[in-house]
Amino acid sequence: MGILSYFRSKKQTSANVAKERLQVLVAYERNQRNQPDYLPQMQQEILAVISRYVDIDVDDVQVNLDENCSILELNVTLPEHAKD
Amino acid sequence: MAEIIVVTSGKGGVGKTTSSAAIGTGLALRGHKTVLVDFDVGLRNLDLIMGCERRVVFDLVNVINNEATLNQALIRDKRTEGLYILPASQTRDKDALNHEGVERVLNELSEMFDYIVCDSPAGIEKGAQLALYFADTAIVVTNPEVSSVRDSDRILGVLQSKSRKAENGEQVKEHLLLTRYNPARVQAGEMLSVEDVQEILAIPLLGVVPESEAVLKASNQGQPVVLDSESDAGQAYMDAIGRFLGEEREHRFLEVQRKGLFSRVFGRKG
Repeated sequence: MGILSYFRSKKQTSANVAKERLQVLVAYERNQRNQPDYLPQMQQEILAVISRYVDIDVDDVQVNLDENCSILELNVTLPEHAKD
Repeated sequence: MAEIIVVTSGKGGVGKTTSSAAIGTGLALRGHKTVLVDFDVGLRNLDLIMGCERRVVFDLVNVINNEATLNQALIRDKRTEGLYILPASQTRDKDALNHEGVERVLNELSEMFDYIVCDSPAGIEKGAQLALYFADTAIVVTNPEVSSVRDSDRILGVLQSKSRKAENGEQVKEHLLLTRYNPARVQAGEMLSVEDVQEILAIPLLGVVPESEAVLKASNQGQPVVLDSESDAGQAYMDAIGRFLGEEREHRFLEVQRKGLFSRVFGRKG
């Protein structure tokens, strides 16, 4: 048992899993709260326009605004086989 | 002018009231005239933790509504010199507090005390926002557990955008107080370590309070845990208060306490 657990010790502990999940989530939420309130609505509307032409999902449209609100970055991931 | 300290967390049940009672009492023990203000309207508990629940006649809401004077509502702590408690209202609805009223009461308290310790309600709604709005300093109480850390980060966001200091382009001074810490479980990889939490929240560490039997024992008796000077939690809080007052104090209780042979043989409670 002792030897086995020695070899297994590289396995991720639950505390490490917690830390990684939190790091991702907290970074995302901090980014969200620095953004203006209209952004989610705008993202929805952009999505509605694009989905009239291409079959895409909510997650495929990323809207980011940099901290000074000077550059709007719009990232649309198109499906591999776009609609004809 | 008093320094206004808010004890806040976002999440409930992490030890805000226990910590408020300990910090307020600790500051008074160190010779600073201190008032503890319970902002948890409707669910007050600071009076119970401080053991003065039967002496409450008037409360914060009465003072705000001019139904009582501040001196009528303030309860003098019988054990600790220079410590007063301003209880929250039990019966009225959460909307009983308003900005102007709270500001007026805090201004008045500010003339009388060195420190005003505000015990915030849980959540990030109006009550919690009002408790932190006027703060100079925030003590963010966090447990080494995912939902508590996330909520602490959210309350930090509120402090940085919706406090009076933030609106004036200044910053509320932030402190992390990690409570219910279990070094054995951290060592076993079952609990976030103090370094993990610090890395995620990125605010200065005020103290680490170990999970301790002394906390329940203290609240059972209506005694702030710092008065139990033998206890690990009581000592950890006093260390944190020392640091708050600018002293260098080493962090204790971060490692698994080694049991002596005697306690290993004769009992589990070391």
